[in-house]
Amino acid sequence: MALRRVVATLMPKIAQPVAETLAPVANHAATCYSQLLAGPLDFAERPQQPVGGSFRSFAADAVTAVKEEETKLTPTNRLSMSPTPYIKYDEHHHKRFPPGTEGRPIAYFVQTGGRFLYASAARLAVLKIVLSLSAAADTMAISSLEVDLSGVEEGSTITVKWRGKPVFIRHRTDAEIQESAEVALSELRDQQKDVDRAINPKYLVVVGICTHLGCVPIGGAGNYNGWFCPCHGSHYDISGRIREGPAPYNLEVPEYKFIDEKKIIIG
Amino acid sequence: MRLHNKVQLFSVINSHLISYPTPMNLNYSWNWGSLAGLMLASQLVTGILLAMHYVGHVDYAFASVQHIMTDVPSGIILRYAHANGASLFFIVVYVHILRGFYYGSGAQPRELVWITGVVILLVMIITAFIGYVLPWGQMSFWGATVITSLATAIPVVGKHIMYWLWGGFSVDNPTLNRFYSFHYTLPFVLAGLSVFHIAALHQYGSTNPLGVNAQSSTLAFGSYFGPKDMLGVLFLALFFSILVFFYPDLLGHPDNLIPANPYSTPQHIVPEWYFVWVYAILRSIPNKAMGVVAIALVFASLFALPFIRMGGGKFFIFTEKLFGAFLADVLLLSWLGGKEITPVTSFMGLCCTAFLFIYLLGILPLIGYFETTVQSSNKKY
Repeated sequence: MALRRVVATLMPKIAQPVAETLAPVANHAATCYSQLLAGPLDFAERPQQPVGGSFRSFAADAVTAVKEEETKLTPTNRLSMSPTPYIKYDEHHHKRFPPGTEGRPIAYFVQTGGRFLYASAARLAVLKIVLSLSAAADTMAISSLEVDLSGVEEGSTITVKWRGKPVFIRHRTDAEIQESAEVALSELRDQQKDVDRAINPKYLVVVGICTHLGCVPIGGAGNYNGWFCPCHGSHYDISGRIREGPAPYNLEVPEYKFIDEKKIIIG
Repeated sequence: MRLHNKVQLFSVINSHLISYPTPMNLNYSWNWGSLAGLMLASQLVTGILLAMHYVGHVDYAFASVQHIMTDVPSGIILRYAHANGASLFFIVVYVHILRGFYYGSGAQPRELVWITGVVILLVMIITAFIGYVLPWGQMSFWGATVITSLATAIPVVGKHIMYWLWGGFSVDNPTLNRFYSFHYTLPFVLAGLSVFHIAALHQYGSTNPLGVNAQSSTLAFGSYFGPKDMLGVLFLALFFSILVFFYPDLLGHPDNLIPANPYSTPQHIVPEWYFVWVYAILRSIPNKAMGVVAIALVFASLFALPFIRMGGGKFFIFTEKLFGAFLADVLLLSWLGGKEITPVTSFMGLCCTAFLFIYLLGILPLIGYFETTVQSSNKKY
């Protein structure tokens, strides 16, 4: 109650400058409308070009009692006032705003507040719908893979399925590690040092997808003791780096870490 | 020239949604039509999103629904919004139809509005029924079995029609697949029918609570009834949200959380609440074939109603009171549909069904002759 009173006293003060700028427009509209109400209702007597454009012929204001003699309505116009032009609406329990205090500022503020709520509801709906298309919990659960490396013998490679893709894990021999370290960077198309490609040089973990157009390279093949992609002839070395052929990048090293001496988690 | 007068599309939107002359005395009973359209849109959106995760195979259907509830982001909201949305869709449409009965909305010249409405109701019932089968719970399976078995009521070819419907010798994977396909397609048919329904209405304009010609007292739809409909939408959305987020299983049946078991029928098979009135009519007639005929007769009478003179309108005092009796009858039928069959409930069901037919085919046509009317409702406007 007190809040309402505070707002009601403050509103006019805030709304005053706004109202002042808009006053000429409102006055013009009011003038035209009053001319329509008070002026001659016969089409012939009205000014041909209505001032300021057309208006709805329905009264937005109260309908007041009209005595038979006072009315300037033609029979047709009287007919169009439904159900009869003599009706005065019973407003004994209505309290009309004095003209000029219709409380539009409060109404507009309430509407604006509502519109903020609608905007946030719309944002929430869009977000929920769009995000419902992203990966479900079961897909996310298998997005990380734990691999036990103890079964991988030295000099052999295993392939595991991770996020729907093959991942080559090779337990490299010391000779292979040495060979990879000795390659000069200038010889490589995609320059990367071997130490940067494996956390523990003994184990090489690379995604088994050729960086050219996506085929799976064959292990233990090619001119560089590594992998060979049969699709377009890309050769990868024992560090998974591209050495010959059309592929632009080295075999991708996925994000992984050692949780144990012989266990890794990929992804 | 103003854009909405020049461009055809905008001029259509303008003439039907913005400047459309609407009787100024419409009350809130007229909100339910637009709310029904909103519920259809909601079901379409949630349904299409659910279809991305649902698997339509008997071995995976139930599990896929659980996957939606637990794994899919916002899946639980989607599922409950879709299930409770169906209930709300029926609530809204039933109130909309009751408005039609009370105010005589289907009377001349708006027969086509009424008839398209009955077709919409039929398509809704079919869509909801086959939709309920998709989660493949106990109620889904046995409800499908019981209702599709009604086809055996057709003499001679009934059994073969049933096998053809099932795509096999019982409700199984082929049935589920074809139900999924139809459940996806029919709502779009519904959308088209709704457009037709509104077009038929706009030919003559809305009726109004007084039942008199209101073409001299109309308001532009967009400024007045647009916001009024928005208010209705807000209230419906509030109710919908309370249902979905606080009482999502209130209108469901717990037996549907048991995966379908073709070898074990639940003790108490009952369809979803919006079908129980039909179920009651079906069960009230001891003869199987006659039960099916009774339901067909209900819909046939609904179709025929505009031509056998619908009563209605606020000046029709007797019609008002008898409408109350009709409403009580339908509610009683709904209550009976969920009950076990005992001699008492059976007899009550028979009485209620009888009264329903008496009301639709006897009272409604004749009541006009007993009323002192301001205007005959038979006038062409």
